[in-house]
Amino acid sequence: MNNLKVNQNGQLSALDTIDGEIATLNLGPTHPATHGVFQNILKIDGERIISGEPTIGYIHRAFEKLAERRPYNQITPITDRLNYCSSPINNMGWHMTVEKLIGAELPKKVEYMRVIIMELARIADHLVCNSVIGVDTGALTGFTYVFQEREKIYELYEEVCGARLTTNVGRIGGFERDFSPEFDRKLRKFIKEFPAKLQEFDNLLTRNRIFMDRVIGAGPISAERALNYSFAGPNLRAAGVDYDVRVMNPYSSYQDFEFDIPIGKDGDTYDRFLVRQEEMRQSLRIIQQALDGMPAGKHYADVPDFYLPPKQEVYSSMEALIYHFKIVMGETAIPAGEVYHSVEGANGELGYYLISDGGRTPYRLHFRRPCFIYYQAYPEMIQGAMLSDAILTMSSMNVIAGELDA
Amino acid sequence: MAIDNAFAKQSIQEHFGSDLLGHEEPFGLLTIEINPEKLIDIVGWLYNHPELKMTYLTDLCAVHYPEQSGREIAVVYHLHSLPNNLRVRLKAFLPVAGGHIASLTGIFSGANWMERETFDFYGVQFDGHPQLKRILNMDEMDYHPLLKQYALEDETREDKDDRFFGR
Repeated sequence: MNNLKVNQNGQLSALDTIDGEIATLNLGPTHPATHGVFQNILKIDGERIISGEPTIGYIHRAFEKLAERRPYNQITPITDRLNYCSSPINNMGWHMTVEKLIGAELPKKVEYMRVIIMELARIADHLVCNSVIGVDTGALTGFTYVFQEREKIYELYEEVCGARLTTNVGRIGGFERDFSPEFDRKLRKFIKEFPAKLQEFDNLLTRNRIFMDRVIGAGPISAERALNYSFAGPNLRAAGVDYDVRVMNPYSSYQDFEFDIPIGKDGDTYDRFLVRQEEMRQSLRIIQQALDGMPAGKHYADVPDFYLPPKQEVYSSMEALIYHFKIVMGETAIPAGEVYHSVEGANGELGYYLISDGGRTPYRLHFRRPCFIYYQAYPEMIQGAMLSDAILTMSSMNVIAGELDA
Repeated sequence: MAIDNAFAKQSIQEHFGSDLLGHEEPFGLLTIEINPEKLIDIVGWLYNHPELKMTYLTDLCAVHYPEQSGREIAVVYHLHSLPNNLRVRLKAFLPVAGGHIASLTGIFSGANWMERETFDFYGVQFDGHPQLKRILNMDEMDYHPLLKQYALEDETREDKDDRFFGR
């Protein structure tokens, strides 16, 4: 036991062993402490992690291969299943990518509607992530509180598109229908009631001494390392880099709204938690502004090749019938081209690299999945930490199996 | 001088000249085809350039063009200069059989899994990669599934007839 520092939440420089015995622990693929299918082969010395090696791909579904045979509108349901905690952002990102390729001009109203849905999705995603950090520190109560709020967001999705988890919301060119009065009522109610609930959750954890002692210093990463690992989103911002796609390359009229980008300092679990907490408040601000400034106009763009015509027109007009048939059968001609578009997903820069050769399906579609890219820093972040901190680090990074494995 | 596509293109051209095999700007994103052997030099130069500062690797993937004999695989790198908000896309073409290119893991730690994914799907060998093995597919797999010769659907199926739709 010479020069040994067993320091909770601490990174140890020299990896001394307690009694010279290193055990191998197979954490996962199905472990009650990890949320999703993650396997980590850990070398541990007592409770301290010497090294870890993640194995991923347990729910790999070959989305990039699948996409090479599907017409563009049939790819939207695939994107649902990337980060399934915030499917609408994935859907919108995909629609925008195709719109960029075909050069569609969108009415302002569509963009504002999208912003509302995307920010709701961001709140839902961050709620899950932050409440699960609480669960992993032993505080289950906050989780049960905020899941009621998440449920309300899911009801809002349901009002817009009929689905809750894998939403498939919107279409290339806009939305299938305008926001209903009921949606408007529910959304206004949500905006009014949510801040108090968020504050209640905040009171439970943020300045809670037990929680702070558990999470401060757990799984830290420096800004330099985070950038080198191509981190994005809240995890990068927690390390102190203010990179946000919404600000740097505004899409869908984000330049119209006023909001702040919270950043952290140490890149540890506590900072990631705080950044997400603040982002939810900022998202609410954006939703409020979008709702107040909702422009009049149509809820879809003039792209008849992609946007399904209203059913009554399909039955009464030849042109609409032809478009309907072509879209449903996936026979729409797409210009050839190569486009990269990215949106700020709940976990960071969610990119779509699309190559079209003019055929009915993409020639190549690659998803830049933030989870996949930053999860590789996990072994470095947990090295020298305690096993329980490793669990916290994983949940605070918000690693979503669907996005990780595509 | 503004740090934009034209500036980036000109600087790379001045410094590397003949290793630049082509360039275009689809949708405003500077795309440069480079000599695969000079990848490390070019990326390292862009990384350390005092003005360009391409220090963020956004994405790395490959594309298979079976009809381009000898240069079937395009390895595509998306670099991002966060201070200038400028993206550059680099493309290096390799033969599908025995194609290999230098690994970027020495510059970007984040390239590790992206290169493993590209190896997994396309069989591209990344020289100098610390642990080049499959990542999403199982280790026993003996082919690289995103290559175009592997049809997505079972070709022995008879219940779907696509002839009527010209495909």
